[in-house]
Parts: sequence; C-alpha cells; structure tokens
Amino acid sequence: MLASMFDGIKAYLFSGKSTPGQADSIPASLFWALVYILLIFLGLSIAVIAMNWLERKILAHMQVRLGPMRVGPHGLLQPIADALKLLIKEDITPAAADKWVFWLAPLMVVITAFTVFIVVPFGPAHAVTDMNIGILFMLGVSSLSVLGIVMAGWASNSHYPLMGALRSSAQMVSYEIAMGLAVVSAVLMTSLNDKGTGTLSMIGIVQAQAAQHVWFVFKFFPLGLIAFFIFAVAMVAETNRAPFDLPEAESELTAGFHTEYSGFRWSLFFLAEYSAMIAVSSIAVTLWLGGWLRPFTDWLSGDTWDMVFALIPGLSLLFLAGMCFYSTTRMPKHPSFRIQTAGLAGFGVVLAAAGVLLFVPPVRAWVQDIFWFSAKVAVFMYLYIWYRGTFPRYRFDQLMKVGWKILLPIGIGVLVLTAIAGVFF
Amino acid sequence: MQPVATTFFFYMLSGLAILGGVLVITRKNAVHSALALILSLLALAGLYLMLYAPFVAGVQIILYAGGIMVLFLFVIMLVNLERSQKEEQFNQQWIAGLLAAAALGALFIAIYVKGQKLFPQRILQMPEESNTQQVAVLLYGNYMFSFEIASLLLLVAIIGAVVMAKKRI
Repeated sequence: MLASMFDGIKAYLFSGKSTPGQADSIPASLFWALVYILLIFLGLSIAVIAMNWLERKILAHMQVRLGPMRVGPHGLLQPIADALKLLIKEDITPAAADKWVFWLAPLMVVITAFTVFIVVPFGPAHAVTDMNIGILFMLGVSSLSVLGIVMAGWASNSHYPLMGALRSSAQMVSYEIAMGLAVVSAVLMTSLNDKGTGTLSMIGIVQAQAAQHVWFVFKFFPLGLIAFFIFAVAMVAETNRAPFDLPEAESELTAGFHTEYSGFRWSLFFLAEYSAMIAVSSIAVTLWLGGWLRPFTDWLSGDTWDMVFALIPGLSLLFLAGMCFYSTTRMPKHPSFRIQTAGLAGFGVVLAAAGVLLFVPPVRAWVQDIFWFSAKVAVFMYLYIWYRGTFPRYRFDQLMKVGWKILLPIGIGVLVLTAIAGVFF
Repeated sequence: MQPVATTFFFYMLSGLAILGGVLVITRKNAVHSALALILSLLALAGLYLMLYAPFVAGVQIILYAGGIMVLFLFVIMLVNLERSQKEEQFNQQWIAGLLAAAALGALFIAIYVKGQKLFPQRILQMPEESNTQQVAVLLYGNYMFSFEIASLLLLVAIIGAVVMAKKRI
C-alpha cells in the first residue's frame, strides 16, 4: 500500500508532462500539489522581501538618494529587520471597531492574493493545477480581494479608512471591466486554430501562443498591443498602486483602508498588495508575453541557440554574484565594516553557487521555463516601481474618466476588431 | 484524476451554504448579513464545481461574490447602521412567513420521497474539459435569440437607472 503510493509519487517526478492537479494517481497528485504550493509560497515570500528592498533602493536612486544603507551591506538586511519590527509591534484593535470583520479583512485579502497562484503557469508542467477556467478563476478570485479592502475600511469605524475603502471599491469595480475586455480579446486569439475553439486555461493560452508562433502582443498588430496596454493600465489601478493609489493617498487619507491596522495585520496587507502585483503581472505575461516561452523561438531557433538561451539563467546569477564581489572592493575600508564586507562576499558566493548549479543539465532543463516566466514578471515589477517614481497621482474624477471614457470604449473597439480580424485572416 | 471524498465536500459545502443563509436572516447588522451571503454564494460556487460546471462556478464568483456583493456592501456601508441595530423587528407577517416555509418544506420532503421516480438517475454527458466551450455553443448557437433578449433587458435597466438618477441628460 505504502510502497505503491511511493511509486506513484516517484513516477510523477520523472513523467514531467502534466501539473500535479492532472497527475495519474491521487497520492502523487496530493503530494506534489503540496510541494508546489509550499515552493510557490516560499518563492512569493522571497519575492515580496526582495521587492520591498528593491523598491526602496530604486526609488531612492531615482530621487538621487542612497536609500537603506545601514542594516547590512547596501541595506540588504533591511526587509528582514522591518519584518521583525512588524512582528513585535503591538497589535491594536480600535475600541469602536467591529472585531470580527476587522479580524477577517486582512485574512480575506491575503488568502485571495495567494489562492490565484494555483493556476499561474511557471512552465508547461510547473503549476499547481491546470484549470479549464484558469483565467476566469484568476480574475474572479482576485476580484474578491476588493471585499477584504471594503471590510477593512468599514470595520475600522473611522473616517479615513471608510473613504479609502469606498474609493478602492469604486476604482477596482470600474477597472475590472476594462481589464476583462482586454482579457477577452486575448482569449479570442487562442481560438485561431484548426478546431476553432479557444481556451481559458492558463497553460492552454501559452500553448496557443507557441502553436501560432507569435506572442499575443504582436498578434494582429497593433490590436494585441492596444489590448495589452489597456490591461497594463488597468492592472496598476486594480492593485491600487501609483499613479492610481488613491485608496491609500498619504496626503489625503493617511494610509487609506489600512490606517487603523498595525503590526502583523498591517504586514498581511503589505504582503497581499505585493503578491497581488505579482499575480496580475503573471496574468499579463501569460496572456500577451508568451508565458514561459523564451524570446525569439523562431528567429533564433536551432540547437545552438537553445543552448545559448539555456545558459542565460545561470549566467545572470553569476553576473549578480560578480556585482556582489565588485561591491566588496568598494565597501569602506574601516574595520567596523569588516563583517558587512564579509557578509556581502558570502552573499556573492551563495549566488555564484546557485548560478553554477543552474548549469547542470537536468537542473537547467527543469528551471528554464520558470526563469523566463519570472524574468518577464520581474520586468513588470520594475515598471511598477518606475511608475511610482515618475508619475504624479491622478485625481479621483480623472481616474474614473480614464477608466470609463477612455479604456472601456477602446477595449470594446479592440475586442470587435480582433473578432473581425480573427474571422478574415 | 478521479474525484476524491465527494460526499465529504458535498456536505461541507452544503453546510456552509445553509449556515450562511441562516446567518443572513438572523444577523441584525446589515454588513454581517451581506458577508454571510458571500459565504453562502462561495459555497454554492463550490457545489457548481462538484457538478462539473467550472464555468458557472467561475462566473458565480466573479459576478455574485466579486461584483454584486461589493456593490451591496458599498451601499450598506453608507447607511446609518446604529439606528437599525437597536430597533425591534417590526415585521408582523410571521403567519404568512410560516405558511410559506411550511409549503417549501413540504415540497422538499415530497422531492426527497418521490424524487427517485420523478428524476431518472443519469450522469450528465458533458466532459469537464470542454464545459466552457459547450456552454458557449449553447448560448451563442441554440439559444442565441433568448440570450440577446436578456442582454437587451439589461441594457434597458441600465438606461432606466441613468434616466432616473440624472435630472438633466
């Protein structure tokens, strides 16, 4: 009994053709789904920590500052210090708050932000499961996070949070429509095959792009590009980030819907915000930027180029390691900086070891899809920081005008034109 | 993969749906009622999934739990709840309510007793993989006309709301 279960679990590892949700045996499915969920959870937490540090550093450099420099070399340990600070801070529930709803709101936001990652395809077999309704599931579950924000704002029983929650729900409900239209025009493109039926499955959408030898951004130029642009604007509004960060506009509403939250519960909102950013970016990557497909699959095809692109993950980590080693030579020479310099060199060694590990052929093949997917998502993460550093915040009426009077009509137009183009070409 | 622990999930989801429904009518705070309704709607989405209708489940989450309930909460939050919480229930129609509940209960019992004969046992022949496609074929093929009529009805409702809300158009 146990032996057969173990065999099933092992057999899945070497089949490597389907996601854990589609595995042949139930024990294998359960086991590997759990492993994938833990890996994704770990990866997301690390990504959020890295984003926290990168955002502060990049913003600082955009504003000609240094950013965090004190905790660890170049402030590398700052996010960990922040997390510790948040954990030991006093957790306050306002006296007039609705206790149950106040308690439930951050949970709701975090659970929805993490649940969507069940269907995110990091590779043809690297997703927890492949749902028939993948993209619909992602949009639906991420739209539930509005509920958490509304609950947080109402339960705080205070003016600023309520205003923030009202703004956020109005904003998210309006931009969801433009977002949905852009998504539908991409889903329409998946139906251009022999059978004539499209798919909503996240893995199926990327496979359709592979089969049609084109990323959907470049399909029916410029229709795909416009739909992608609409989505890229709407996703910033959906995640309440600058320049659409009215729900938490500091100068008007202190911190918006999470004004009354402190300590651990505040950090849950923070975690949810960043993982929601990663989630919508991965929708954009899956629908328009070819998901896990490497760039130039047609132009630079053949075994040689496959090999070259397969080396890029390891090389990029080695490059980061080299940057670390270079930075150690630029650290202050004073004896009190000796530990920091050693720490930076140690970090470089860890990165280099990981980079060398990625050159091992089985690992290389295993990691390649995940690398390209994450790299594309990372571009979006950088764009988020860039927007925040450069764009001024919209006024609320301007925000509504952009959503309803510009993005929505263009979205409908693109949808109709895509359908016509799909019929005639 | 074969479905696992179907009985357990069915009873869990039904239990959650009933619990949510009971909470909706017993909570005095309107926001709590709305939240309980969301629980009930999500449990229903789970039941649709168990019936091999993933598309309906997804639409249930997006439209009801994500869209309509947000608007519900949006409105309720702006209402002054303090007064309505302290007020006694002023609804005097408990006789009518009791009769309606008894009739519904009798219907359920009748279905439970006679259902086996009325509804033949048969498994729906609709593969899960192409469920969405099948729904699309039915909506835009066989039932195109009624589908478009329904969308026209919604359009009329939207225009009506705008006409009523705006004094000058």
